[in-house]
Amino acid sequence: MTDLTPDAADAGTAPGARVEVFGIRHHGPGSARAVRRALDEFKPDAVLIEGPPEADAIVDLAAEPGMVPPVALLAYAPAEPPLPGDDAASWSDRRAAFWPFAEFSPEWQAVRYALDEGAAVRFCDLPAANQLVPPADPDSDSQPEDASEDDARIRLDPLGWLARAAGYEDAERWWDDVVEHRDGGPSPFPAIAEAMSELRERVAEQPSPAGLPPGHLVREEQREAAMRRTLRRALKDGFERVAVVCGAWHVPAILARVPVARDDRTLRGLPKAKVSMTWVPWTHGRLAERSGYGAGVRSPGWYAHLFAAPDRPVERWLTEAAAILRQEDLHVSSAHVIEAVRLAEALAALRGRPLAGLDEVTEATRAVLCEGADLPVELIRRRMVVGERLGSVPDDTPMVPLQRDLSDRQRRLRLAPSADARDLELDLRRDVDIARSRLLHRLRLLEVDWGVPAESRGKGTFRETWTLCWRPEFDVELIEASAWGTTVAGASAARAGAMADAAESLAELTSVVERCLLAGLSAALPGVMRTLADRAALDGDVAHLMDALPSLVRALRYGDVRETGTGPLRTVVDGLVVRVCVGIVPASRGLDDDAARDLLDRLDRAHSALALLDDAAHTARWHTTLASLVDREGLHGLLEGRLTRLLLDAGILTDVPDRMARAVSSGAAPARAAAWVEGFLSEGGLVLVHDDALLRLVDAWIAGLPAEAFTGVLPLLRRAFGEFAAAERRAIGDRVRHLPDASPARPHDDPVDPVRAGPATATVLRILGTEAGS
Amino acid sequence: MTVPDDGTVPENGSAPAPGPDDVLRPHAEQQYSGELALLAEHDDRPRPPGWRLSPWAVTTYLLGGGLPDGTEISPKYIGPRRLVEVAVATLATDRALLLLGVPGTAKTWMSEHLAAAISGDSTLLVQGTAGTPEEAVRYGWNYARLLAEGPSERALVESPLMRAMRHGMVARVEELTRMPGDVQDSLITLLSEKTLPVPELNAEVQARRGFTVIATANDRDRGVNELSSALRRRFNTVVLPLPESEADEVEIVARRVAQLGRALELPEAPAGLEEIRRVVTVFRELRAGLTGDGRTKLKSPSGTLSTAEAISVVTSGLALAAHFGDGVLRAPDVAGGIVGAVVQDPASDRVVWQEYLETVVRDRPDWADFYRACREVS
Repeated sequence: MTDLTPDAADAGTAPGARVEVFGIRHHGPGSARAVRRALDEFKPDAVLIEGPPEADAIVDLAAEPGMVPPVALLAYAPAEPPLPGDDAASWSDRRAAFWPFAEFSPEWQAVRYALDEGAAVRFCDLPAANQLVPPADPDSDSQPEDASEDDARIRLDPLGWLARAAGYEDAERWWDDVVEHRDGGPSPFPAIAEAMSELRERVAEQPSPAGLPPGHLVREEQREAAMRRTLRRALKDGFERVAVVCGAWHVPAILARVPVARDDRTLRGLPKAKVSMTWVPWTHGRLAERSGYGAGVRSPGWYAHLFAAPDRPVERWLTEAAAILRQEDLHVSSAHVIEAVRLAEALAALRGRPLAGLDEVTEATRAVLCEGADLPVELIRRRMVVGERLGSVPDDTPMVPLQRDLSDRQRRLRLAPSADARDLELDLRRDVDIARSRLLHRLRLLEVDWGVPAESRGKGTFRETWTLCWRPEFDVELIEASAWGTTVAGASAARAGAMADAAESLAELTSVVERCLLAGLSAALPGVMRTLADRAALDGDVAHLMDALPSLVRALRYGDVRETGTGPLRTVVDGLVVRVCVGIVPASRGLDDDAARDLLDRLDRAHSALALLDDAAHTARWHTTLASLVDREGLHGLLEGRLTRLLLDAGILTDVPDRMARAVSSGAAPARAAAWVEGFLSEGGLVLVHDDALLRLVDAWIAGLPAEAFTGVLPLLRRAFGEFAAAERRAIGDRVRHLPDASPARPHDDPVDPVRAGPATATVLRILGTEAGS
Repeated sequence: MTVPDDGTVPENGSAPAPGPDDVLRPHAEQQYSGELALLAEHDDRPRPPGWRLSPWAVTTYLLGGGLPDGTEISPKYIGPRRLVEVAVATLATDRALLLLGVPGTAKTWMSEHLAAAISGDSTLLVQGTAGTPEEAVRYGWNYARLLAEGPSERALVESPLMRAMRHGMVARVEELTRMPGDVQDSLITLLSEKTLPVPELNAEVQARRGFTVIATANDRDRGVNELSSALRRRFNTVVLPLPESEADEVEIVARRVAQLGRALELPEAPAGLEEIRRVVTVFRELRAGLTGDGRTKLKSPSGTLSTAEAISVVTSGLALAAHFGDGVLRAPDVAGGIVGAVVQDPASDRVVWQEYLETVVRDRPDWADFYRACREVS
């Protein structure tokens, strides 16, 4: 332990005040235990912890029984009411920072110690208000990256670096071997402080090592100045035994004798953001990730076990592993566990380690419990080594009303958040399930994707399958979303309205309508509908109208399942169909190939939407429109072919063979003829295989082509049929060969005209040298 | 390092033993007696009861390493260190060890060397076949003596396992899964109780400390008897993988070929490392069904194309080069062997090989000699 007679503590310090600085490894169970032991011995009356000082006000909550780690301190810029015209893009520009704590984090143990023993707790890092503003670092760009990678690693994980230097892959393992298992030895902290001083001296010569985030150095200086300042204040406040728990790297900096004025200068005038602070639940999976909010702990489950197990960590771990394998119906006996423990210990001895670690235990699991198979080992890794676990926070944690409303609803609908992804089957005929479905859809409107719709296994529109997985950052999303309202329903309705206002195209707007219906937001619906009707009336582009149609029809059709009022929707759809029918005729004039293809897609979608709508009046109007369209001069071949086909299927056109012949006759340009055939057969070869009538029609047309015309059409046919898969072409050929009552290859009923044939026959006979006897 | 799976070790106890120099293939403890003696000399770590070396020394013997006096111990097994450590640790806890893997992954090789290093004797071996009788695992009788003198200790014929128990040594069971199920079952009590009762003499043999069993088995083979879970439970399992990288495999083949060449007293041929690399490449590509650059998909032949087979292809190629060629390993020397190894099933594998030859080998500019040689023999 490091005694310090702080020179900074000139005025007002209680005489004989003692300060001890404990350099720790973040999220290291070994450090956690050592800190706990050291604090028990030192009995401080104030504990300063590396963390944002804004959290001082809510640190008491950590002692509540409802607080179960892993949890995190969340600092966020409180959401401001969205300005009118604010759209989703600027909305996602959020600022938040997390300080995660697991049970085995030394900081958490220090907090718990202080709260249990009645010592004051203060967080001594740079305020989150300053940290949320990215540091201005004028030097960062100009510095050439000449220093080694190593230096960056020393700074970011100094204990890890020391471990690597000693030949260990895992820093915890090194800590365990070097520090933990020297029973009854002196406290490790003075040695750590010394080692850090050495390391810092080493890297001090190279000012800006490569591999560090920009501004890291400036920020580090500011943070350490803040730590020193907090320490001085604590001493000034009359605390006599002050313990500081911080990352090992900072120990020498806190002990350094730096003039007050210099720290004041460092910290003066830093830009500030408005910040609120709260606790949020965290997950082990998040701790395991190195990027984002993660802490880079590879095996949080193992660490938690090491910390929690009172004794015999290896035996307990393997017993638990056996229990998990048994749940999966893998036969594992106690004899297995005994042998696995023996193997783990023998391996540790062979590798010269004082105690079996995760490596040895995993090898033993593989060789004994899993009998050499890899799959169960992977199961153990997922369930135990990472050990997905979601923390919880007490009810009186500061929450925005929206979070409170959500947790209320979760309780009422019996949908507990869990960090493990699981599937949820909903039967929309049940009240509780429809309420759940609505809640999930509403949350999706708020961009909280707690549930993600999955492919439904069952048939029928009343089934819904979701995959539920709670991620810690959803709390941030909720806090952001709280600007929209205080309840999930209210906020999602307000957001839907805003999305509708901001929607640029009609299709976007209709998808908002659809989502409103799914989410059962009848309150938002009239407003959104009004916007939709206005937009549809003003939108002159028939393409937009056609894009909008399918999702609206879907919503209308399936609205009944969800017992949502669809009255206003019906009106909008009615208007839309009429507008599409009117608008499509001029819109289909003078199109080039690409535009025709676009229109063809839309036409198909609109056609199937109307089929789904199944409304006699609309269908009749649509068919009339198509029929008038197909006869227009100058229609693109692709469209004409497709329309002919649609009308043929609808049973409206009767002269399809003639039209077909006309379209590909010698008068028609080859490209157009090809497009026509392509449009006509655009549903693919399978239709021809299964639709006898159609096949017969096409077959008769081809068979009836005169020879020279056939030669002309052949390339077009080849092009159209070439699009089909080989298997389809073969199947079509088969079908044609076995068509019952196949059409004759040549029309039989073509009577011979003796008057016209006479001279030709005579000539042929003369050539052959046989004079016709006359 | 690998030996062909059917690499036979002479049954123990027949004909007068020839000197180690005359035998075709000396036992591990004979071939590496020098290294073993050196290791024992420098080994100051505690040895488990019945062990000739400490577990650390056994690990060093298998993986290779330097001794304090500067002697280099040659690596016997080239592969993940952790596998060897698990195997040695298993044996140190007097558990039985089961080595699993596809043919040619050095299962037999590893078991022989483990036994040699631990007990100094790798010959206590039971070869598992469909016809292995129970006597091979327990004990048999000398019937002449039995008839003449009645049941007595002298009329008893010990099995290798019984002898291993008596002397506290490592017994080996090859191809455990090929044994009939009832013979496998007689191992169960033997492994859990560590005694072998002889009811005819109203006696039993209790295993001395140091006794354990190393078994090998194929996990991908036809006509095998699945292990019962009761027997499986008596073993710690180590799965031996195929060599991970091409460099590893070339190293294994080259090293092993050199040893074999010395043992067979082939005329010294320049190490055709290029040719070895080519053989390994062909084997790896066909095994993986993908060319080394990951660009072309290939069909895989029906054989396993193990490292052991690559070794035998190169060895016979060396013999060809030495006796009939100019003494340098060249493409024509290995071509015949390769075709023989790849084309196991005359119908389907021939197609696979022809495709490989025409689509991959032909297009490789510096493989022209190899292509020509293969064309000639196929």
